[in-house]
Amino acid sequence: METKTVQQRLEILSDAAKYDVSCASSGSNRKNNTKGIGNGVACGICHSFTEDGRCVSLFKILMTNHCIYDCAYCANRRSNDRQRATLTVEEIIDLTIGFYRRNYIEGLFLSSGVIKSPDFTMERMVQVAKKLRIEENYHGYIHLKAIPGASHELVHEAGLWADRMSVNLEIPTEPNLKLLAPEKNYPAIFSPMTQIRNEILASKEEVKIFRNARRFAPAGQSTQMIIGATPETDRQIILLSSGLYKTQNLKRVYFSGYLPVNEYDKRLPALTRPPLVRENRLYQSDWLMRFYHYKAEEILTDDQPFLDLDVDPKLGYALRNMQLFPVDINRDDYEMILRIPGVGVQSAQRIIMARRHRKLNSEHLSKLGIVMKRAKYFLTCNELPASITDWTPERLKHKLITGAISKNKKSLDTQLSLFGNYQPVLPPIH
Amino acid sequence: MTIITYDGTFAGFLTAVFECYNRKVFPMDICSLMGEQKHLFAQKAHFQTDETKADRVWKGIQNKLSGKNNQLVFYAFLSEEHGIEMKIYRFLRRLFSEHFNIETDFGDLDVLYLTQTSRKVKQEAMRMLQFVRFQHTKDGLYFCGIEPRYDVIPLVVSQFQKRFADQRWLLYDLKRNYGMLYDKDKAQEVVISNKEFSSITGQVNENVLQEGEEFYQQLWKSYFTHINIKERKNLKLQRQHLPRRFWKYLPEMKG
Repeated sequence: METKTVQQRLEILSDAAKYDVSCASSGSNRKNNTKGIGNGVACGICHSFTEDGRCVSLFKILMTNHCIYDCAYCANRRSNDRQRATLTVEEIIDLTIGFYRRNYIEGLFLSSGVIKSPDFTMERMVQVAKKLRIEENYHGYIHLKAIPGASHELVHEAGLWADRMSVNLEIPTEPNLKLLAPEKNYPAIFSPMTQIRNEILASKEEVKIFRNARRFAPAGQSTQMIIGATPETDRQIILLSSGLYKTQNLKRVYFSGYLPVNEYDKRLPALTRPPLVRENRLYQSDWLMRFYHYKAEEILTDDQPFLDLDVDPKLGYALRNMQLFPVDINRDDYEMILRIPGVGVQSAQRIIMARRHRKLNSEHLSKLGIVMKRAKYFLTCNELPASITDWTPERLKHKLITGAISKNKKSLDTQLSLFGNYQPVLPPIH
Repeated sequence: MTIITYDGTFAGFLTAVFECYNRKVFPMDICSLMGEQKHLFAQKAHFQTDETKADRVWKGIQNKLSGKNNQLVFYAFLSEEHGIEMKIYRFLRRLFSEHFNIETDFGDLDVLYLTQTSRKVKQEAMRMLQFVRFQHTKDGLYFCGIEPRYDVIPLVVSQFQKRFADQRWLLYDLKRNYGMLYDKDKAQEVVISNKEFSSITGQVNENVLQEGEEFYQQLWKSYFTHINIKERKNLKLQRQHLPRRFWKYLPEMKG
């Protein structure tokens, strides 16, 4: 077998790692108090952006793309005829430190295909993290993937060296996982996840008592699901992720729009383009749950299996619950102001702060950065009241969509439109 | 109808504020000597920078602003926007006269403007943390030449000092022609007269580069192209996060 250069192997393995969505380098403020290299910044730093618009924050790499599993959704499955490569522990360390010193990256994201056994793979990954911390005196960010099926001891050790851990769920329901990845099962995925959760909680308690206690994965844990490879509904996905936030204390649930990597496999749907709009809407719902105090049940009601691709879920909620609006900017509480479409978390906080000093009118609001084009139908301020009662949800939706089409549609829409050039015979009502 | 001039430094500006209170004048404009506008009939006054006076004003500001926001005025000043001095002056007059803290009164145009400009400056400082790229030179120095829109290099030095505590580095502002040099102990300001780097792209001359440097840049470039998912191409989104003006400093965006 011919030997590949580091560069060739780096290319193969970064190609293989690109489907991992997680890129966050936030949540850890590990200090560099031994005059070593690196530190954590709680807000995270993105160092570059690739052509797909995704950030490059961490040096995201697989240790190896050899794999003993044969999961239908994965580009690195055993039965695929792909170039395979492995980076040694030392090579990964050298690359990480070399990139870090030049300020290319914020840290290391290490994942791997499974070679020999989960334990064998996990052990080598832990070794990378441990050597970085001890031998290189490195205090930057490390994100380690926990390999399902790895032993408790190894997961425990990984958490001590890493900042964030993650276990990928990949498929949102167990029967479908069984269908696409017969060698995997939910218990093997949830057991490390639960262990990590418990250890994070225990370590937090310990730190309260002993200030210098060793922290276990200080930036928490995350997971990832593939969207569009299996027929799950958005409602199922949102309920699942909200459940994960509650029961597993996850920091993030990532969604990855399914890319047809293994087109020959008939168990998978035939897609021409990844479902980017759907992925975007799911992320928007995720934000609503994490930052806007929405409950999963509010985003999608029982009779709605899928999110509306035309309007974002927040506007969708507002249109379904017109009785809650208009919200009075100068009186109503923070929670309600957050629910106005066009008002973000920062704007809402600024409104709360600013209204202590004076009554706000629409001019103030647009200067504060609120999207009045959308928000004006849902709020009243220190002016004549908005005439919301004149609008039925359907008409308002139509108006808001047609207004936004030119701006957003191009970058997000990935489907060819059937009636793209359709001109209505009658003039529109508004 | 007085126009007050100062020497362009922050301390000079604070001295000017002090003197306005001291002499009970409400100036028509406060401007730096460099950008002074010629007014035909206006009275002019120039105040010499006085550190103790500036310090008194600064302490006064610190007492009034909340801890989280205590650099607001300084950051806004750094933006060097035209006419920022009068906006800060009006803000300070209100700040000193009111009994409660007015920094969150975003209905006031001056407060809002200062908040937004200081945010812009902070964002530019963040971009330094993001887009600085060090080149390893033969004498072991990690060098980066960059051209921030505002004078933010001093703001990020402490962060770089914490992060790269065990390497010597130099952050050089190509536009303002000065840099911060860190020698594993403390950072200090330096001006380079004999430049061995391009003063446009900050690219170090090839004969001064460390041997492995080219190799790492090459690796980084190929990593960057291979981590991209072609099916999701979205150049607009890329440009939104990674402004064009930084591309010439980034090895991954070159050729």
